[in-house]
Amino acid sequence: MKDTLNGIANYRKWLNAQKRAFSDIASDIAENAAKVNDSVHSFISVDKDEILLKAGNVEKSGHSGALYGVPVAVKDNICIKDVLTTCASRILEGFRPPYNATVIEKLEKAGALVIGRANMDEFAFGSSCETSCYGPTRNPWDISRVPGGSSGGAAAAVAAGQVVASLGSDTGGSIRQPGALCGIVALKPTYGRVSRYGLIAFASSLDQIGPMTRNVEDSAKLLEIIAGHDPKDSTSVDIEVPNYSKELGGGIEGLTIGIPGEYFIEGIAKDVLLRVKEAMEVYRKLGARIVDISLPHTKYALSCYYIIAPAEASSNLARYEGVHYGRRAKANDLIDMYIKSRNEGFGPEVKRRVILGTYVLSSGYYDAFYLKAQKVRTKIKEDFDAAFKKCDIILTPTSPTTAFKIGERMDDPLSMYLSDVFTIPANLAGLPAISIPCGLDGSGLPVGLQLMGKPFGEATLFKAAYAHEKNNIN
Amino acid sequence: MVKVDSDMTDHTRYETVIGLEVHLQLNTRTKTFCGCSIKFGAEPNTQVCPVCLGLPGSLPVFNREVLNSGIKVALSLGCDIQKTMKFDRKNYYYPDLPKNYQISQYDQPLSGRGKIGIKLEDGTRKEIGITRVHIEEDAGKLLHSETDSYSLVDLNRTGTPLLEIVSEPDMRSPYEAYEYLVKLKQVLKYLDVSDCNMEEGSLRCDANISIRKRGAREFGKKVEIKNMNSFKAVREGLLFEEERQREELEEGRELTQETRLWDEDKRVTVSMRSKEASHDYRYFPEPDLVPFEISADLVDGIRRAMPEGPEEKKIRFAAEYGMGEKDIEVLTAEKDIADLFEGAAGLSGDRTGACNWVKGEVMMHLKERETDVKGLKLSPGNLAQVIKLAGEGKISNLVAKEVLRESIDTGRDPYSIVKDKGLEQVSNADALGEIVSKVIRENERSVSDFRKGKDAALGFLVGQVMKLSGGKANPKVAGELLRKALT
Repeated sequence: MKDTLNGIANYRKWLNAQKRAFSDIASDIAENAAKVNDSVHSFISVDKDEILLKAGNVEKSGHSGALYGVPVAVKDNICIKDVLTTCASRILEGFRPPYNATVIEKLEKAGALVIGRANMDEFAFGSSCETSCYGPTRNPWDISRVPGGSSGGAAAAVAAGQVVASLGSDTGGSIRQPGALCGIVALKPTYGRVSRYGLIAFASSLDQIGPMTRNVEDSAKLLEIIAGHDPKDSTSVDIEVPNYSKELGGGIEGLTIGIPGEYFIEGIAKDVLLRVKEAMEVYRKLGARIVDISLPHTKYALSCYYIIAPAEASSNLARYEGVHYGRRAKANDLIDMYIKSRNEGFGPEVKRRVILGTYVLSSGYYDAFYLKAQKVRTKIKEDFDAAFKKCDIILTPTSPTTAFKIGERMDDPLSMYLSDVFTIPANLAGLPAISIPCGLDGSGLPVGLQLMGKPFGEATLFKAAYAHEKNNIN
Repeated sequence: MVKVDSDMTDHTRYETVIGLEVHLQLNTRTKTFCGCSIKFGAEPNTQVCPVCLGLPGSLPVFNREVLNSGIKVALSLGCDIQKTMKFDRKNYYYPDLPKNYQISQYDQPLSGRGKIGIKLEDGTRKEIGITRVHIEEDAGKLLHSETDSYSLVDLNRTGTPLLEIVSEPDMRSPYEAYEYLVKLKQVLKYLDVSDCNMEEGSLRCDANISIRKRGAREFGKKVEIKNMNSFKAVREGLLFEEERQREELEEGRELTQETRLWDEDKRVTVSMRSKEASHDYRYFPEPDLVPFEISADLVDGIRRAMPEGPEEKKIRFAAEYGMGEKDIEVLTAEKDIADLFEGAAGLSGDRTGACNWVKGEVMMHLKERETDVKGLKLSPGNLAQVIKLAGEGKISNLVAKEVLRESIDTGRDPYSIVKDKGLEQVSNADALGEIVSKVIRENERSVSDFRKGKDAALGFLVGQVMKLSGGKANPKVAGELLRKALT
């Protein structure tokens, strides 16, 4: 089954050759997913009945959809109508949204077999998938290691061959970093490219849904389907969605690739650096021009992010208090109910960020923290604007290291936060960025290469990523 | 110059400073950030959707109708409209607020300063400054069980558009505050953007009041009063609070900045929370709504389409109809009254008649029924018919009043009422002759009084004719017939 699910084209070829009902195929997919899940735990749970119910709808939808029958895992923070959607948090225990996220509507219209409950860090707060209240997901390359996070389950499910593709969400690297650590293609689109309606908010000005796939072609195809303006999301932008797949094949001669000195810092694993440099060589040989650029405010990105993201999160998560839905603690009065429900419902990392966010928005601290961080955010954006006058895309490592051991960074939030040091700037600037596999380190773990593009420049990213995929020696 | 304190009474030694915050519920078709209806009185939790329920993953989308109404109000108060529309989140926990933040406007409100004119007790005019007008969403309602320890939440009202209209601390007495509210309501009613009903909560008012030594530059400690549910309550609450603060100071106690609630039954204000316990709302820009430009074209378009306001109407009525100030006050008090008058005057061609009927009978019915013009089933056309019937002498004034009452009750047109009931005035001498003879026969004393030269006795006899004719007799003709018969 693992090879069968390796990419949309392979899967479709296999599917077309099958002489049985789609529900039988879906049943096999569900059983395979459940079996693999015992060791990887990429899904919080695999609900076979639910998958068969959805398979019935797929069958009824006809065979014409671009994603007909393609199993797509969905991170547990994207609402699927009547399906448990909990952000891997106790506080949303039992919550079944009465509506579909816009991306789910689009996937189902294209005929995809949507499978929910891909594991994640609680409320997407984390870089290792270890803060899930349902226990960690393991990296299919080495199950003693983390898959990255927060979309760790979505990444692992693709890497482990449980599904053909996944939808994750990326606030500071939550699609790209697990993509890198699991050796798959992972795209964070431009802010506003994909509707956030139905994505349970972490930090509204940074969140973006994106595809996680086995290859670049699938990434392009999925983005074509889920992108576009949505009247239900005022932050989604009304710009036509290009036919990304069609533009993949063209050469990249003359493409200018910027290398920001600020990203090649101490602390990057030796093998990561080597693989990334090899990737530069691949591009050089294909006729791209490699130029040095500078993004001088990069060093402030992490601190800026850890003010803005928790600030928005503290407000976004205020609604979870047991009054209207989710988990309600037994209590004596209203205040007691708020306190107990939140205390019992949230894990330690959520509490840490809510407290942090509440603090930086408090009167007397707002100017020194939130307002200053917004100014830094503007500076970071301006860095990119200036850089993109000199180059078409920017190349960096996705993550300073390959997959680390489960438990290794749990007691050290700062080292955990550093996992996202290269991915955060693209969120702050709203830019598209893709992580693609570029070989393995000495332990046989995948290394990720990050390409960042101009706003709505996904087509260029896909083209460059595709060229690397076809010419990579690793 | 300030006089010395010694020869002043308590009441002139202190100056009261009042500012009001008015919340106005707009009567748009749908809520501020979703497509749910805002109709009042539906079954609890039936006018809701994922957005106004604040369900995880839902996002707000701004209803532009709210912006249009907001601009109308701001323009009518002479405020400048901001160039950019930007929302902020106001964070606080309460079960009637499902997101636990309210989408509001903080540092860039819809409008800047404006003003409104009120009339003082001595007849002079005073301008009260408007600080700002901003848009925000309403919360739901809690229903507390009287017997058990639970509360129920109704979220139908959640997300209903509100305008907050904040005044400058320009009012110097509860009377001025009351006049400000009356004037503000009049202006707002003219715009037809809200029901402006304080009892139903579509208009709400919180007051800030402080007192200071007359002549002092600094403001005293500010007290916010909430829970005043009528204009009268605002005046009474402020009068109470003014007196309470004065007494505190007189007795040498310090006032504290706090929020107090008006207790309607006990007629007192009660402390709710002190400044220390006040909320830190942690305002920050609402990231789910992108700021957008309010174009000059939009504002100009709304300005051009603005209905005539009360002040403009007064000026026009004076010029067009040459009316006295008192008549104008009554006829322009509400837009619907003015429209009824103008409609009836135009259709009947009798402006004086229309003015008198509206001022008299129509106002009497409004008061008697405790309703507004919309609550009467009286169209300008029907009122015009009454005016014409009476003016042309086809029915007596007495009958006209009854016809008007019936038309108000049933909505039927007066011509039909008069025809069906045969109420036409009788001016025909033959038809009245018999009644006149009967009255002369049965009222010997009045007859002899009249013959002795008491002219007033004739009036009584005419009255008897009217009575016997069921109000249909033309009193002028009846008088002439009596005079002829008795002399």
